[in-house]
Amino acid sequence: MSEIDYSQKIPNNVNLNGDRTLQRALERWQPNFLGWWGEMGPADSARNDVYLRTAISVDPQGWANFGYVKMPDYRWGIFMNPAQEGRTAQFGESKGQPAWQEVPGEHRANLRRIIVTQGDTEPASVEQQRHLGLTAPSLYDLRNLFQVNVEEGRHLWAMAYLLHRYFGRDGREEAEALLQRHSGDVDNPRILGAFNEQTPDWLAFFMFTYFTDRDGKFQLSALAESAFDPLSRTTKFMLTEEAHHMFVGESGVQRIVQRTCDVMRELKTDDPAQVRAAGAIDLPTLQRYLNFHYSVTIDLFGADQSSNAATFYSAGLKGRYEEDKRDDDHVLMDRSYKVLEVVDGALVEKEVPMLNALNEVLRDDFIADSVKGVSRWNRIIEKAGFDFRLVVPHKAFNRQIGALAGVHLSPDGRPLTDAEWAQGAGRWLPTAEDRAFVASLMGRVVEPGKFAGWIAPPRIGIDRKPVDFEYVRFN
Amino acid sequence: MPATLASRSAAQPAPSQTPPDGCATPGSAVPVDYRTDPTRYRHWRIAVDGPVATLTLAVAEDGGIRSGYALKLNSYDLGVDIELHDAINRLRFEHPEVQCVVLTGGLERVFCSGANIFMLGLSTHPWKVNFCKFTNETRNGFEDSSRNGSLKFLAAINGACAGGGYEEALACDRILLVDDRSSAVSLPEVSLLGVLPGTGGLTRVTDKRHVRHDRADLFATSVEGVRGQRAMDWGFVDALAKPAQFAEKAREMALELAAQSRRPGPAAKATGVKLPEVERTIDTAGVHYATVDVQIDRVGRVATLTARAPEHDVPTDIAGIEVAGAQWWPLKFARELDDAILHLRTNELEIGTWVFRTTGDAARVLAADASLVVHREHWLVRETIGLLRRTLARLDVTSRSLFAFIDSGSCFAGTLAELALAADRSYMLDVPDGAAPCLTLSEANFGLYPMITDQSRVARRFYDDAAAIGAVRAVVGAPLPAEQAEALGLVTLALDDIDWDDEIRFALEERAAFSPDALTGMEANLRFNGVETLWTRVFGRLTAWQNWIFNRPNAVGAHGALKVYGTGVKAEFDFRRV
Repeated sequence: MSEIDYSQKIPNNVNLNGDRTLQRALERWQPNFLGWWGEMGPADSARNDVYLRTAISVDPQGWANFGYVKMPDYRWGIFMNPAQEGRTAQFGESKGQPAWQEVPGEHRANLRRIIVTQGDTEPASVEQQRHLGLTAPSLYDLRNLFQVNVEEGRHLWAMAYLLHRYFGRDGREEAEALLQRHSGDVDNPRILGAFNEQTPDWLAFFMFTYFTDRDGKFQLSALAESAFDPLSRTTKFMLTEEAHHMFVGESGVQRIVQRTCDVMRELKTDDPAQVRAAGAIDLPTLQRYLNFHYSVTIDLFGADQSSNAATFYSAGLKGRYEEDKRDDDHVLMDRSYKVLEVVDGALVEKEVPMLNALNEVLRDDFIADSVKGVSRWNRIIEKAGFDFRLVVPHKAFNRQIGALAGVHLSPDGRPLTDAEWAQGAGRWLPTAEDRAFVASLMGRVVEPGKFAGWIAPPRIGIDRKPVDFEYVRFN
Repeated sequence: MPATLASRSAAQPAPSQTPPDGCATPGSAVPVDYRTDPTRYRHWRIAVDGPVATLTLAVAEDGGIRSGYALKLNSYDLGVDIELHDAINRLRFEHPEVQCVVLTGGLERVFCSGANIFMLGLSTHPWKVNFCKFTNETRNGFEDSSRNGSLKFLAAINGACAGGGYEEALACDRILLVDDRSSAVSLPEVSLLGVLPGTGGLTRVTDKRHVRHDRADLFATSVEGVRGQRAMDWGFVDALAKPAQFAEKAREMALELAAQSRRPGPAAKATGVKLPEVERTIDTAGVHYATVDVQIDRVGRVATLTARAPEHDVPTDIAGIEVAGAQWWPLKFARELDDAILHLRTNELEIGTWVFRTTGDAARVLAADASLVVHREHWLVRETIGLLRRTLARLDVTSRSLFAFIDSGSCFAGTLAELALAADRSYMLDVPDGAAPCLTLSEANFGLYPMITDQSRVARRFYDDAAAIGAVRAVVGAPLPAEQAEALGLVTLALDDIDWDDEIRFALEERAAFSPDALTGMEANLRFNGVETLWTRVFGRLTAWQNWIFNRPNAVGAHGALKVYGTGVKAEFDFRRV
């Protein structure tokens, strides 16, 4: 093997140059990753020069280096937040003991499962979004899509690194398998159901990055609390990138709302048919998309009562969001928490041991966080002088996982008969006709500074560049 | 095994004081030492007369290995059985003229009344299980010797013979019962104690002696057992003798048995090999012998047993072997490994995983193996093979996770490769360079050391599949690097140096976190994976039931039969059948 400067090839702060074992492992994995990117990554994009942010170190100047890159040449790096001297476990039965720098054999299987499940979502979303580049509403949006894609790729690298470095032979096999499962593949599906759904259009993409990437934020935050220090440090750094993805989602929906309101004011109507006829997405359709993505996303937090969640917490593997801001014993043996269940057709609250309800705790934290952006969207509608308000549905609406799976509720939480549900579903969830309409708007806009008619331009560009900057150059 | 029928009426100290226990907690009790010699015996007398050795049991009541009970009426505890184990081994090696061992009682009208009930009532569960296991191994050893051309055994029952006493007799080739109209053989465990015979009593009554099962049911539920002609007619004993003819009849039967042994006998004037005390040092790091080193990691709860190949060339002819005697590597290694196993099993309960490593020159082990095979009909070699066989068989029934780590500098060859074959898992380092370890099989791995299933560990590994065994036999003597060993199915995992450290750490840490009880049950299931024999039934079926019963309130609750025995209080049972 000739001398390779790994810090150039794979930017990292994990001493890759000094770790021969890891180099050998990654040398085998990297070509497979590039093969996967070529096959399953953004379609028809390999030769484009994209104005991308590349992390080359974890300090504030290092993680946001902008420049034109061909995506296959993107330097997917391996970064962890700096080690915190004397860090101890913050929760669970090993609370107060030194954080683990290696995987304890006792927890190997569970930690591997957690990392594999998280890692599986990263390439999955790239696969889900691979055709969106062909219908981008602007160069600015196309660049943002690609930024999200390469960073999901980097997150895959982060998880693959942990598997290679800390989990021995099984870890290597699992890292391979992350490239072998594919979103929506009948024979080799991604682990979580939501990651086998298509992201067919840009409205879905913005909803996904707003809601589903926010699930990612909460999962990563819970893992950032882990007593397994390398996982904690890795996920902390991933969170800095995840923030951008949510920005893409929030601002994307905001710009659609803006454009819709502009059209409604111009036409002085809130009639969806007239809005649609003018080439914008009517607010009820936005609400149906929101209902769908919101309900699918909160399912990702898992069953409302879970023995795994209890085990993971007690063992110190996965904490709660912002563990250090919670004023309790961080062991939770005697604590309880309210979850919902259906008794005689009515939703009732039930007290259950908090350890078992930690999925629900994280879901409720997510809900509190996700309604904030919705309020900002509503401010635009309010300012435009319309009464319509976007609203997140009841958390029991359209659930497929946990005690509420299959329970028929209206978005405002009213229990429904099967007949009422069948009748109302078309008003609450996107119909085939909605999707066909949104799809009909999707056409590629590649002239710098131009935007599709269903979305408003952003107020400012990326990296303080003008909005009409040539964010992507086609070659 | 229990039952002291005769001791039922005898006065006993109240069950209190120190319960017999291992010394899992250092300093909590004196560790049990399995090393002894006749000058220190308190309970057994050895008398050699021509081809017959008589072992007479006269238990010292105050000679218990732990305090809190008196060993009345020739009842025994672990200490009594440690002496028996030592005595039989000394007869095997020090007295080549002896061909038959006669076991008899040295107290008035008492042969042996079995394991001491008060000791059992006071014992912790692990102590009971360890005790049962060891006594079973000693009794199986009688049969092992008998069937392999070594010592034959006669039980000369000259008085009351109950529970473990009768089970000891059952392990002998022949049973002679004195016909004095009172001496009986019995298994009163069910009727008196609410437990089962623990050293194969039920199994040998049926499988070995073919007592009809319904008669065995009558027998095993009667306190008094059977005596005289009925004992003969139903097959519980082989011969009867009136008290006046008893000694003569015993001699006659012993000589008959002696004639069936392949040992030298008095006429050959063979010289025995004196067995010096096994030398060892125990310190905070572990237990250290010349050919075996045990390092104990108390935090990880792992013992690493490193077996050392001979440091010098081993003799290959009989003369050289006889000169080497107890220093002959195969014999020295067997004795030291045996002591290490017994020490760890009894005194280190929390050390749940044993890792086998080996070191030294494989060629010397293979040379020693070759001489074992060539001279296998010589009495000293036969006895050494027997000791190795029984010692390795202890591993199979050891309630510890057994891993073998085959890495650079190791010497898993022939007899030492048997350690890897006995392991629940074996990990082999796969590196391309000169540091690559090899696994080398010898003829010794194909039948010299059968398990108690009567299979070699290679045959066990491949479920007696002739093709798989043949493929392995074809490479006898060839050093097998990891890739080949893995391809032949001889190791669990071949790991390169990238994975080695992580994988073995994971394996050990993960193992240490599992339920020890579930592991014991799982490992026994997997180790004994096909063939069933009398011995596997003794260990598997019987001890599994016994351990369950030993944990049930009907036996060991405050009012359980074992607890209230001898107090005059009636046992209280939960009568729901499970």
